[in-house]
Amino acid sequence: MSFLGLHKAIERNTGLLIFGILVVASIGGLVQVLPTTLDDSLRAPSPNVVPYTPLELVGRDIYIREACSTCHSQQVRPLLAEVKRYGPYARSGEFVYDRPFLWGSKRTGPDVLRMGGKYSDAWHRLHMTNPRAVVAASIMPAYPWLAERAANSDGDIEARLRALRRLGTPYTDEVIEAAPKSLEGKTELDAMIAYLQSLGRHGGEAQEDHAGH
Amino acid sequence: MSARVTHYEDRIVTAFTACAIVWSILGMLAGVYAAAELVWPELNLGLPWLSFGRLRTGHTNLVIFGFGVSALIGTSFYSVQRTSHARLFAPRLAWFVFYAWQLTILLGAWSLLAGWNGSKEYAELEWPFDIAIAVAWVTYGVVFFGTIARRTIAQIYISNWFYGALIIVIAMLHIVNNLELPVTLSKSYSLFAGAQDAIVQWWYGHNAVGFLLTGGFLGMLYYFLPKQAEQPIWSYRLSIVAFWAFVYSYIWAGPHHLHYNAIPEWVQSLGVVMSLVLLAPSWATMINGVMTVANAWRRLRTDPALKFIVLALAFYGLATFEGPMLAIRSVNMMSHFTEWTIGHVHSGALGWNALITFGTFYYLVPKLAGRPLHSVAMANLHFWLALTGTMLYVISMWGAGLSQSLLWLSLDDLGEVRYSFIDVMRAMAPYYLLRLVGGVLFLSGTVLMAENLRRTFAGARTVTVSLPVLAAAQRAAVPNPARAP
Repeated sequence: MSFLGLHKAIERNTGLLIFGILVVASIGGLVQVLPTTLDDSLRAPSPNVVPYTPLELVGRDIYIREACSTCHSQQVRPLLAEVKRYGPYARSGEFVYDRPFLWGSKRTGPDVLRMGGKYSDAWHRLHMTNPRAVVAASIMPAYPWLAERAANSDGDIEARLRALRRLGTPYTDEVIEAAPKSLEGKTELDAMIAYLQSLGRHGGEAQEDHAGH
Repeated sequence: MSARVTHYEDRIVTAFTACAIVWSILGMLAGVYAAAELVWPELNLGLPWLSFGRLRTGHTNLVIFGFGVSALIGTSFYSVQRTSHARLFAPRLAWFVFYAWQLTILLGAWSLLAGWNGSKEYAELEWPFDIAIAVAWVTYGVVFFGTIARRTIAQIYISNWFYGALIIVIAMLHIVNNLELPVTLSKSYSLFAGAQDAIVQWWYGHNAVGFLLTGGFLGMLYYFLPKQAEQPIWSYRLSIVAFWAFVYSYIWAGPHHLHYNAIPEWVQSLGVVMSLVLLAPSWATMINGVMTVANAWRRLRTDPALKFIVLALAFYGLATFEGPMLAIRSVNMMSHFTEWTIGHVHSGALGWNALITFGTFYYLVPKLAGRPLHSVAMANLHFWLALTGTMLYVISMWGAGLSQSLLWLSLDDLGEVRYSFIDVMRAMAPYYLLRLVGGVLFLSGTVLMAENLRRTFAGARTVTVSLPVLAAAQRAAVPNPARAP
C-alpha cells in the first residue's frame, strides 16, 4: 500500500487514528525518557548524601505545601556567575532522596540549594515571620502560622517515613520508631529551619570535584 | 435500535462555555492578585490561603484546567458532532464528564489554597484529584471517539485529529507523571526521585503546553477559523503533514526546561534539536491559518470574533518562534529562571489561548442562543483591552527578564558578581507594576465579554439544531466546516 493510500485508511478509521497518535507520540518518550528513568547512575547518591532526618523531612514537606519552589530554585548551574553567587553547582547524586524534586523554574527570590549554614537559625526565625524586618526590600510573604503549628500535628510522620522506605530511601526501623519523639515540642518553623540548614551540606564534595576537573 | 434522536446535543456545550467563562474570571483574578502581591507584599496579609505560592498555584490550575480545558471539551463536543454529522455519543457519559470535571476544578482549587500540593508544575493537584482527572479524561475520550466512530461521512476532519491527540497524549502524560505513593488523603511521594523525577516532570510539563495549550487549541482553530472566515482550510494536505510532525516532535522537547541542570547532556541536546524542528510544523499551521483568512481580510473590520481569532494566530506564531529560540542553550542560559519565561508563557496563554477562546465564544454563544451578539461595540472594546493588556504584560516581562539575566550574570573586574540579588530584585519593581496594569486591563476585558455574552444568552434556551441529511457524494467528500450547518 502506498503512503498516501495508508494515510487515506487512517483518515477514515477511528481505531487506526488512535493507534497512530499513540505510536507516534510515544517514540520520543521511549528513546529519551524511559532510558533515563532506568539509568542507575542517576540514582546513585553522591558521597555522604544521607536521607533527611524526620524533622528535616517535615520541613521539606512544608516547603512543598507553601509552594516555595514557585519563587526559589534549588539548582545552581555550572556557570561562573552562579557558582560565585550561590556556591558549587548541582550534581544529580545530591537529589536521590528528593521526592518530588524541587529544582524550580523561576527565581523571584534567590536560589536556596546552598542555603544551609549561610544564616543563623535566629535569622531564619525572624525572616520567616517577617521578611522585611531583616531584608527591607524583600517581597517574600510572611509565614507567621509556621510558628503556631506543631511539627507533627498530623501525627503521620511514621507513615511518611515508611512510604519513603518503600520507594527506596534507607530509613531504619529505629529511625522510624524514634521519629515522633524527635518531633516533640518542635514547631513547623523549627522543621522548616532544620530543612533550610540542611540544604547544601553536600556542596563540599561537589566543590572538590569541580576544582579537580 | 431505539428511536433516533435527530438533533445535536448542544446544551452540554452551553454548560461548558458558561463554566469556562466563570473559571477564566476567577483564575485571572487570582493571577492579578498574585501580581499585586509582588508589588505590595503586605497583600499576603499573613494568611496561608492568600500567600503567593499557594495563590499562584491556584491561578495556573484555574486558568489552564478550569478555563482552558472546559473551553476545549465544550468546543470539541460542538465541532465533533458537526464534522461527523452525528449526535454526541452517550450524552449521559458526556454529562458525567461535565460534572466530574467542574467538581474536580472547584475542590482542586480549594485543595491547592489549603496547601495540598504535589509540587510538580501544572500537576500540583494531589493523588485523589489525579485519579478523578484520569477517570473524567478517559470518559471524555470515550464520548469523543465514540462520536467519531458513528459519523456518517467518510473522512475524519482535521480538527478532530488535534482534539484526539489532546485526549490521548494528555492521558498518557498525566498518568505517568503522577505515579505516586499516597501517605494520607492530602500527601503522596513521587515514584521518581531527583534528576529522574525532573526529566519525567518536564516531559509532562512541556507537553501539557504542547498537546493541551497548543494541540487542543489548534483543534479549536481548525474548526472555528474556517467557520468564522467562511473559507475552507487553505491546504488540507499541509494541515495533515503538520499534524504528524507536531505529534512526533513535540514530545522530545521537554528537557530544554532543564538546560545546565543536573541531567545528562545528551538529553538536553536532543531537547534543543527537537525544539528547533518544532518550528516547522508550528509555522506551517500558522501559515495555513493565515492563508485561510486571506480571502476574508475585509471582514476583520466588522467581525469581532474573526478579529480575535486572527490576532490569536499572530500570537501563536510569535510564541512558537520564541519557544525554539529559548530552547537554544546559550539563549536559555540567560532566560532560564527569569521573568522572560513568564512573559513567554503569557504571550501564549493570553495572546493565543485566551484570545482564540474569546473569538470562538463570540461566534459560539450567539449560535447557541439563536440570536445576534448583544453588543459588537463591547466586543471591540474587549479586543483592544485584551491586546493592550497582553502587550503590557509581555513587554514588561521581557524587560524584567532581560534585566535579570544581564544583571545576575554580570561579573566585575575582579571576577566577582557585580550586583547583589536584592539589587536586581529592586530593579524589578517598575516591571511588576506594569505587568499588574496589563493583567488588570486583560481581566477587565474578560469581565466585559462575560457580561456581553450573558446578555446575549439571557432568558434563552440552547437552540435545537437538526442533523443534516446528506447525499452520498457529499458524505464522501472532504469535510468543509465552512459549508456545514
